[in-house]
Amino acid sequence: MNLTINGKQLQVDVEPDMPLLWVLRDELGLTGTKFGCGIAQCGACTVHIAGTAVRSCSIPASSVWGPVTTIEGLGSPQHLHLIQQIWIDQQVAQCGYCQPGQIMAAAGLLGQNPAPSDAEIDAAMSNLCRCGTYPRIRTAVHAAAKALQEL
Amino acid sequence: MATAGTLTRRAFLLGSVAVAGGVAFGVYQYRQLYPNPLGASAGASVLNPYLIIDQRGVTIITPRAEMGQGVHSTLAALVAEELDVRWEEVRAEHGPASPAYFNQAVIAGTAPFAAFDTSTAARFTREALGVASKFLGVQITGGSSSVADAFDKMRLAGAAARMVLIEAAARRWGVPASSLRTADGQVINPASGAQFSYSELAVEAASITPPTEPTLKDRSQWRYLGKSMPRLDMPAKCTGTAQFGIDVRLPDMLYATVRANPRLGGMLNSFDASEAKQAKGVKQVIDLGGAVAVVADNTWRAFQAAAKIKFDWGPAPYPASSEAIFTAIAAAFNGPVDDVPVDNGDVSLALAGAQQVVRAEYQVPFLAHSTLEPMNAVAQLHNGQLEIWAGHQAPTIIRQQAAALAGLPIEQVQLHVQFLGGGFGRRLESDYILQAVKLAMALPGRPIKLTWTRSEDIQHDMYRPAAIARCQGVMGSAGVPLVVQMDIASPSVGRSFAARVGMPAVGPDRAITEGSAGQPYSIANYRVSGYDPGLQLPVGNWRSVGASFNSFFHESFLDELALAGGVDPLAMRLQMTADFPVAQQVLNSVAAMANWQQPLPAGRARGLALCLSFGTTVAQVIEVSQTDAGVRIDKVYCAADVGIALDPQNLEAQMSSAIIYGLSAAIMGEISFADGAVVQSNFHDYDALRMRQVPPIEVRILENGPTLSGAGEPGTPPSLPALANAIHALTGQRLRSLPLNKQVKFA
Repeated sequence: MNLTINGKQLQVDVEPDMPLLWVLRDELGLTGTKFGCGIAQCGACTVHIAGTAVRSCSIPASSVWGPVTTIEGLGSPQHLHLIQQIWIDQQVAQCGYCQPGQIMAAAGLLGQNPAPSDAEIDAAMSNLCRCGTYPRIRTAVHAAAKALQEL
Repeated sequence: MATAGTLTRRAFLLGSVAVAGGVAFGVYQYRQLYPNPLGASAGASVLNPYLIIDQRGVTIITPRAEMGQGVHSTLAALVAEELDVRWEEVRAEHGPASPAYFNQAVIAGTAPFAAFDTSTAARFTREALGVASKFLGVQITGGSSSVADAFDKMRLAGAAARMVLIEAAARRWGVPASSLRTADGQVINPASGAQFSYSELAVEAASITPPTEPTLKDRSQWRYLGKSMPRLDMPAKCTGTAQFGIDVRLPDMLYATVRANPRLGGMLNSFDASEAKQAKGVKQVIDLGGAVAVVADNTWRAFQAAAKIKFDWGPAPYPASSEAIFTAIAAAFNGPVDDVPVDNGDVSLALAGAQQVVRAEYQVPFLAHSTLEPMNAVAQLHNGQLEIWAGHQAPTIIRQQAAALAGLPIEQVQLHVQFLGGGFGRRLESDYILQAVKLAMALPGRPIKLTWTRSEDIQHDMYRPAAIARCQGVMGSAGVPLVVQMDIASPSVGRSFAARVGMPAVGPDRAITEGSAGQPYSIANYRVSGYDPGLQLPVGNWRSVGASFNSFFHESFLDELALAGGVDPLAMRLQMTADFPVAQQVLNSVAAMANWQQPLPAGRARGLALCLSFGTTVAQVIEVSQTDAGVRIDKVYCAADVGIALDPQNLEAQMSSAIIYGLSAAIMGEISFADGAVVQSNFHDYDALRMRQVPPIEVRILENGPTLSGAGEPGTPPSLPALANAIHALTGQRLRSLPLNKQVKFA
């Protein structure tokens, strides 16, 4: 089947029910998107489909409805996305395993709501972080919202 | 990442280069006990086990597991500070598994004395254990010990390297070394203005014997230490380019998963994998003994096929239900005492003569670690060499166990430590790595990546043990407890872990009582006793180990005594800590932060707790309020004394992290058993706090303690009783068992 991943048209030979997560990780080598639970509970696998943040562990490859953006497509160490730069400025990560998902969730939120309140951040940012980086994630989302508005 | 790994495989090792780390102990005859595990190659020089200088610049080997605690950055700063290099040019790597990276502090920390005990016996024992640690050569990350262990060693490594670099430049220029200085990775001749980069000098410097006792900078001259440094791993972790064990990809790699007996340690009677073998992508189904692995060409295909296997599992070697397990734990009180680490005054006499005895029984459940990265490892056996790629907290133990399993000399086993997607003590265990090694042995030549499902991870942990405490206390007339007696029964983590790593477990297990014992309080009649039910149920080191439950017992019970005596819990603790100035200052500090003397309005309340663990004294005040949706945590205040604060922002992050870890357990953490198996299976029924539930956390780091102490764990223990005490102050309900959400509705 054909998928558009980070702006590239790719053909993958997988079963229709293989979750997008495993297409990305094992078939395409895009390991920035993480496996955490497999049942859309933790958000470590968050990517964008057509600009909306989704949990790729629970989306069959055959039902991907638009272009996919992963953490690798958002930005790279050489060309950081603004949200990634702010994540670094705020020193958000600890173990770092959840952070690609957190950043994709934040990018999805800010794409739809450029000035979220704390309650709106709480509602959109439900990803699990076992290191408890939440206070810095909240600060970073607010800082990113401010920076994006000033662009 | 590959520098150290590549270098170790070179034929010519520079093993004779002195180990600067050994200097720290003044035990010179042991100095060259272990060869430098790093070898030089063309263009790269190895000045000591912590440092590689090549044309790319400086690579600092930070041989402790980076599992989120920021250890790579703080350890690198120790070397960089003395070496005098630009922070932006520093790279940090885990390095190879080697006994040269032994952890003295973690072993010395097992001495059976309270952290504040500076008696001759305590000091002698710690020193003796420290020397023993060098011979054991165990490279381990745990016990909140990494920075305390490295503080001298790695600064000395940086200082010694700087001196040989200066000496190399002095020889080139034919001038005295004392006339030269360094700046940002250059040796400079102020007289001529000439300079050499460290990279230019490194090869010559490596042939110069380093000084045995280089001078360290005075603290007033520190440039990186004591400052909040940007973490070296941050850009990679914010771009998805940080490589965790689960991300390793090798040519021709196969993907596997495993199903082990959900009745932990039980036998596999039989299984039927005929359907699984037919599933798409499946290469092989392998009986591992007590577990079955499916090897496929994609992780998800392996998961799907494993779900099709029909198993006949044998029974568990422990009581089959939570109820029966707790009955067995309680029965330990009738058996022999394992340890009496605190026994002051005459508790029995004082209790017998008391008018009013406060009695309470507390209980906590088993807990899983639930690191967000599920257990995984990659292994490959090729040409008699075993290579392992994984996140792990004890590389030398893994190397030994893997070598024994594969029947190889230890030199033929290489471990490439990856970033850990959480550790919390779970990755001190070798189960998942040895499974991957078995797969590599079954399919020689092919690299095999083993990934556990989340349910395999939650249902096959080495759990934080359940525990029961029976407490008796009497308030005295002076507003402090006259008697405190605590009997604690809990499966021994020390014995369970020692058996798994094949180490002898001698003497009592401090983990059963630590956090109730070893506390900075003066109580006239004070006895803490531990009992081990001896269950054959795997229990392990869970962030803060015994203190994770003992602090809940001890500090909740002190709160009960304060109430019984009609005294303020803070005022009582301030009196009890009169002989412990560090604890006094921590209490005063958190009280000031929380404005303790100012009463809260109706519908709001606060609770206090103090715990000394891993040498660090921490006090917390938690504020809660009653809302229509339930009890809400409004604010956490935390004061922590680490002796010397090397990286303030990271220390704050560690405390905040440890509090959220503890509150997750307090509110919702429970592993229960039915039919011998763990009931919970994923985050829907074994969850942790999410952002909406996490209050603002204010942290103050103090430096009154006598020595530098750890930060990864000590924030966890007081968070649980501080919350329970706050809820009692709010509702009048004394909560003596966890998790709290079984008794309280939270917003």
